[in-house]
Amino acid sequence: MIPRHLAIIFSVLVLASLAMGVMLFHTLEKEHQRLLTGTDSAPTKAPEVAPPVQATLMVADDDDNSVRPQTLMLPLPADGEARARAVLGKLLDLYAEKGSTHPVTGGMQSVEQVFLLPAEGPGGAKATGAQAATARAIGNADTGPELAVVNLKGSFAASHPSGLETETLTVLSICGTLHANLPRVSEVRFLVDGAERESLAGHADLTRTYLTVDATPAEGVLQ
Amino acid sequence: MLLAALGLSGPAWGQPAPARFVVVLDAAHGGDDTGGHMNDGQLEKAVTLSLSVRLRSLLAARGIEVVTTREADQSLDPAARAQIANRARAQVCLSLHTAETGSGVHLYASNLAATPATQFMAWKTAQSGWVTRSLALMGVLSSALKHGDVNVTLGRTALPGIDSMECPAVAIELAPERDADQKTVAEPDNPEYQAKVAGMLAAALLEWRTEAHLR
Repeated sequence: MIPRHLAIIFSVLVLASLAMGVMLFHTLEKEHQRLLTGTDSAPTKAPEVAPPVQATLMVADDDDNSVRPQTLMLPLPADGEARARAVLGKLLDLYAEKGSTHPVTGGMQSVEQVFLLPAEGPGGAKATGAQAATARAIGNADTGPELAVVNLKGSFAASHPSGLETETLTVLSICGTLHANLPRVSEVRFLVDGAERESLAGHADLTRTYLTVDATPAEGVLQ
Repeated sequence: MLLAALGLSGPAWGQPAPARFVVVLDAAHGGDDTGGHMNDGQLEKAVTLSLSVRLRSLLAARGIEVVTTREADQSLDPAARAQIANRARAQVCLSLHTAETGSGVHLYASNLAATPATQFMAWKTAQSGWVTRSLALMGVLSSALKHGDVNVTLGRTALPGIDSMECPAVAIELAPERDADQKTVAEPDNPEYQAKVAGMLAAALLEWRTEAHLR
């Protein structure tokens, strides 16, 4: 015969199991109903889209060897480096479109990064790290000319059409677009996959520092 | 009278000997560096070489001394090309290229800022002392080509070989000949098209030689 205290414990356990089963079923039903009603209680917030602002792209045309300004409204980030990457990405997207006046494949993804650094001063001497730090400390860093370092993807250079005209136009349009949207950018250097490269696709020299004044039709010599 | 008696009179006395007129033709690319690919499968290195040979023949026939950077399919880096040009002490240096983009002939001079030429120039920017003359040469070439109804576009670029040359230097890029609808009439490797352009370039260089001797 089963002792009395064991029978009581067994009965309590059976009742507790039944109660837990009912509770689980109830919770499941409740969640099921919540999902069916489409209520999203996720704590994430949708990313804010920057308001569109006017951007000027210097668009190349192979037919007449020209670089012409084209104005667009684009949502651009406030940060200078992100803004530079965004405008260059849009420029290369235009080149990758069908019927482009300067066909180059790759598009926006071809620009890995853009870095903005203090450029050479009027005296011609490049600011050292300490000088740049001093300039920042006294507030001059936000007003001086800047050097933009554009890091392109290797796939972009590998697929770029080879030729003096087409490569020169790509370089000039990148320099011109940077200067048009970030007027303090006065010099541009190029890297490909983070390293210096002799030429874009066999012609245009990528070891040089380009002056943006040469890429601006009103200021430089360009058709 | 004394000079005449000594047989030292005449046009040669006191005048420098006529300067040599040397043209350097640099067929771009070569060897492992194939350059661009033409639509009909030809490589840029082969087309530039054929243009160089054609132009050399035309210039030699007109009594112009020509130095070429390469006569075969061989690799040459930009520094070696500039060394050949600078040793030749040339009055004209032409870097020959071809491309499938654009149309007609693209003429490029170095985009270095002009500086006074000195005896010792920095290697990478030696062309800066010659940029003004290079732009003048580009104008003469452009006029001759336009006179022959060839579509010409002008520009400035950074090209390592050209930037180290100590001579009036222009990069010439031969693009396809196109009609008004942008349809290709002749590819850059078309012999007749090459001959037409080479003839105009040779005529322009004769004019340049005359101007050089008049200065």
